[in-house]
Amino acid sequence: MTTIQEAVPRERAAVRREALYFAVRNGKLMTGLTIVLALLLLGLIGPLFVAAAPNEYSVKAMSPPTGEHWFGTTTFGQDIFAQFVHGLRATFAVGVVGGGIAAVIGMVVGFVAGYVGGLVDEVLNMLTNIVLVIPSLAVLLIVNAYLGIRSVAVQGLFIGLTQWPWAARAIRAQTFSLRTREFVDLARMSGSGTGRIIAREIAPNMSSYLFMTFILLFGGSVLIASSLDFIGLGPTEGVSLGLMLQNANQWSALQLGMWWWFVPPGAAITAIVGALYVANVGLDEVFNPKLRET
Amino acid sequence: MRRYFGRKLLIYGLTFFVAVTVNWMIPRFMPGDPVASMVARANVTKPEAVEAMRAYYNNLFGLDQPLLTQYANFWGALLRGDFGTSIWLFPTPVSQVIGGAVPYTLALVVPSVLLSWVVGNQFGAYAARRKLLDNTVLPVGYVLTAMPYMWLAVLLAWALGVIAGLFPVAGGYSFSMRPNLSWTFFLDLLHHWTLPFLSLFLVALGGWAIGMRNMIIYELESDYSTYLSALGAPARLIRRYAFRNAVLPQITGLALQLGVLVAGALVTEIVFAYPGLGSLILKAIQNKDFFLLQGAFLFIVLGVLIANFIIDIVYVVVDPRTRAGMAGAQA
Repeated sequence: MTTIQEAVPRERAAVRREALYFAVRNGKLMTGLTIVLALLLLGLIGPLFVAAAPNEYSVKAMSPPTGEHWFGTTTFGQDIFAQFVHGLRATFAVGVVGGGIAAVIGMVVGFVAGYVGGLVDEVLNMLTNIVLVIPSLAVLLIVNAYLGIRSVAVQGLFIGLTQWPWAARAIRAQTFSLRTREFVDLARMSGSGTGRIIAREIAPNMSSYLFMTFILLFGGSVLIASSLDFIGLGPTEGVSLGLMLQNANQWSALQLGMWWWFVPPGAAITAIVGALYVANVGLDEVFNPKLRET
Repeated sequence: MRRYFGRKLLIYGLTFFVAVTVNWMIPRFMPGDPVASMVARANVTKPEAVEAMRAYYNNLFGLDQPLLTQYANFWGALLRGDFGTSIWLFPTPVSQVIGGAVPYTLALVVPSVLLSWVVGNQFGAYAARRKLLDNTVLPVGYVLTAMPYMWLAVLLAWALGVIAGLFPVAGGYSFSMRPNLSWTFFLDLLHHWTLPFLSLFLVALGGWAIGMRNMIIYELESDYSTYLSALGAPARLIRRYAFRNAVLPQITGLALQLGVLVAGALVTEIVFAYPGLGSLILKAIQNKDFFLLQGAFLFIVLGVLIANFIIDIVYVVVDPRTRAGMAGAQA
């Protein structure tokens, strides 16, 4: 028992090195990460190199992709590439804000319910189940319709507030299995408070799980934000990939055969979310030795 | 078993209560004044006329009463099936407007959800641990689940509708037709229904296939599978046992996914201008018809709750442990 305790710090560094070793050799993780990082980079530096403002009108309307307008232009002569790179930014922002807030709420609720147990667990579990059953898009529809969302950050905030329940449930189950372990008992006996035990003993032991939860919440937030944008409840200021799809649909790009208008935004959303999912599977293989077969 | 259903019903009851309360609270405590915007929409300039309209609407919606009375009245009206009056289609009651749209949404959602679940599970179970199939099912599945519902809908409409010209891309039936009970109308309905159905079916398919594949691999690694193969049981039999065990979490997963599936149906309907709840919600938002929006919200919540309860019943039928009162399913 004591030898194990002493061995922990050295072991931790070794575990980290081992994870890195398997991470760079994992095809799924590397492919997923490359796609996500490439699109993130395009979103970050793209707008610096595109002269046109995303919603600026020009005389050259409905042009298919050319050397001047890489992705063509809309019915109003807006440059679709400019919209695309700005939209990528909004998509990543909504994922980080929405996924981040949902992860924090899910962690707080999950840890407290799983570790404290008893009546607190009952109440939190009931709350989780209620929010879980209510379809989140329906709630977001009502809230956004009445409030009139202006910025991507506010949109992300409300998405985060509705997306946390399944994360809370999963984290609660994980916490449940950790709370009766010896090292947690030891920390409790040595007088650590609840918050300290959760932060120092329980959370680090499921850090990989928490990270993967965040990735899934990120992907979910991106998808639900694009649906909201598509219904016409997106941020009124700026552009996003969902808003591009909405505009394309509203101005009959489909019937006019303007495929360059609706293909790029949807492809980018699919690429980001799909790459994240694949990277997540890769991460699972890196952290879980049982899955490291191939 | 009674405890299991009692707990479920308590949660669904509370959920409905919370949903109704949220529905009642949001318009009353949020910035913005629906009555003012309604009056503004009427484009009346005379101050007396504006005042009269404002008083009329306040009276109609009971906004001049104390909050608690308003809340009680809201519940009373709800229980009588009165969801208020639509502003977009004034003076049609909201319940009537929604009642006309719900059949279309149900006809789209129920078959696509059930079929994608069944087919996805079969695919996933079959692909698990079969190298070649697994290597195709997995990437295709991830691409499908990562797709925004409306994007696949747009792509299908463009490829099969606009370019190939095989299917109509808008409406629930041809504009030249009136709804009636004839074969031609039914075939026309089916023709318009195919693309939205296909799009919903495909996006949902990927997730189920991946989930089932992972569950089957997990089950095939468990002790009972090893034991069975040590006894010399044929691989097909072991797979059948694994499938039966793996289906249980997939049923729970179906309940958890309902909200996402309904959301997908709403945006898909908008792409195809399909006359269901999704298009109705779009119209409600465009016309600032908050009563219609709120009515649609309550209908969706109610539908999801009922579907959840049906899944709970199915779970009890499928999993004998819940019947025996053991802790088979989590609340």
